[in-house]
Amino acid sequence: MNRIWSWLALSLGLVYFFLPLIATVEFSLKMRRGEYSFDAYRKVLEDPRFQETFSYSVVMALFTIAFGVLLVVPTAYWVRLKLPRLRPAVEFVTLLPLVIPAIVVVFGYIRLYNTSSWLPLTGSATGTNLLLMFGYAMLSLPYMYRAVDTGLRTIDVATLTEAAQSLGAGWITILARVILPNVLIAVLSGAFLTFAIVIGEFTMAALLNRPAFGPYLQLMGANRAYEPAALAVIAFAVTWACMGLIQLITRFSKHTKAAR
Amino acid sequence: MTAPLPAKLRPRLPMTWLGIVPFIIFALLFLILPTMNIVVGAFQNPAGEMTLANVKQLFQGAIPAYYLISIKISLASSSIGCLIGFAVAASVTLGGLPKWIRGPLLTFSGVASNFAGVPLAFAFLATLGRLGLVTMLLKSWFGINIYGLGFNLLSFWGLTLTYLFFQIPLMILIITPALDGLKREWKEAASILGATGPQYWRMVALPILFPSLLGTFALLFANAFGAVATAYALTGSSMSIVPIVLFAQIRGDVLQDPHLGYALAFGMIVVTGIANGVYVWLRTRSERWMQ
Repeated sequence: MNRIWSWLALSLGLVYFFLPLIATVEFSLKMRRGEYSFDAYRKVLEDPRFQETFSYSVVMALFTIAFGVLLVVPTAYWVRLKLPRLRPAVEFVTLLPLVIPAIVVVFGYIRLYNTSSWLPLTGSATGTNLLLMFGYAMLSLPYMYRAVDTGLRTIDVATLTEAAQSLGAGWITILARVILPNVLIAVLSGAFLTFAIVIGEFTMAALLNRPAFGPYLQLMGANRAYEPAALAVIAFAVTWACMGLIQLITRFSKHTKAAR
Repeated sequence: MTAPLPAKLRPRLPMTWLGIVPFIIFALLFLILPTMNIVVGAFQNPAGEMTLANVKQLFQGAIPAYYLISIKISLASSSIGCLIGFAVAASVTLGGLPKWIRGPLLTFSGVASNFAGVPLAFAFLATLGRLGLVTMLLKSWFGINIYGLGFNLLSFWGLTLTYLFFQIPLMILIITPALDGLKREWKEAASILGATGPQYWRMVALPILFPSLLGTFALLFANAFGAVATAYALTGSSMSIVPIVLFAQIRGDVLQDPHLGYALAFGMIVVTGIANGVYVWLRTRSERWMQ
């Protein structure tokens, strides 16, 4: 009886989740009248705007990940090592991006960093890119911090630090050659999640007027019929790849741990 | 905790703070100050004087209706998302389904909960739009024209149905660990004392899970309330929910008074702040149980 209900709940869930995916794939193949074809995909991939915006977002994602790692790993490490009493406060701040809607924060950016302000980031393309990257780092902060902090929990931070110090290592050496390799798996899963978030992000990029993939998607959606479905399939594949890689590296890490 | 530190450590104490200064600066510049700027701006007029006029405007004209529809969609998608997500998570953790389902389900939930935004809107247009697969199949197989029956994807239920695509997986992701935390001994103890299955759920499991359930509900609510991209790609500006109205305000489409924009944004902070305040509070309470 119990099991029947379980199967029922699961299969209802499966129908709800797979129907849109099937429908999207089907729709994306319908561009040529009367037969299935990859025309929509070809159109999309050939579109120079697609190539520009997609590579822009990929580059932004990579910069965001690099910045996020440089910001989060030392902070989480330092908090665990020296300031454990501040941990709840720092954690609270890292969770704030889940509380404050991104649209509110970016509104604040526009007001705070406009051309007539003390830090006119929106005055130049480079400045706006920088601002957008900081915004993305802020969006991914909850996930990145949580991932790294979980990674740090599994290693003995204090002992590793003392061992490295007694061998004469400075702080940068400790972080780069002792701590980072030990939490690399956690950092990578945070990085892939960041990538998945940044690649399709719409609100911030649109309001800061940057040529990112998200606004391009929206523009296509407003003007084309079949290409959006193809783009949705591509976006889903990217998300799926990111999550799959997270799964893969965590499994890989479990494997190496078991071997020790 | 408050024991005095050894004297020779004391001069070095201020130095340890320096380690998180980059983080503090980042959080201040790109999270806290921008938000504060909006909050303060909500209470100022264009001349920079303090005023309550903007906040008062939130209760005038069409604006309360924007908030109402936003809150309704968020409530509907988060409560339905909680129910279905719970049912799926419970059937996988406790319902006797094969073990191998769990891993793929959680991975898929991770994907689907991140598959929000513009592509999600496209997927639902391809499914339930006027030319969507399900719409067409229902018409040709059963002769049911859902648009003739009054269904519209660009409506309250359409948007709710779309939001569920990321709400349900998020619920599954958060509630599965909580369900794992239900100890088998509790169920055994309850049945030894003569409790039936429903009684165990009503009197033991649900009270224990209640804080995390309600807390997750609050998180899902905030998640739906702040979502811009999905709704915008789905409906353009035709659906007047708060994030979309604010988006149009910032874009300058309808900008007459930037301080009304501040007030709209401030209203959003208040609503999601309340929802997440409940979440944080209940979360700390539920963690006491789940040791």
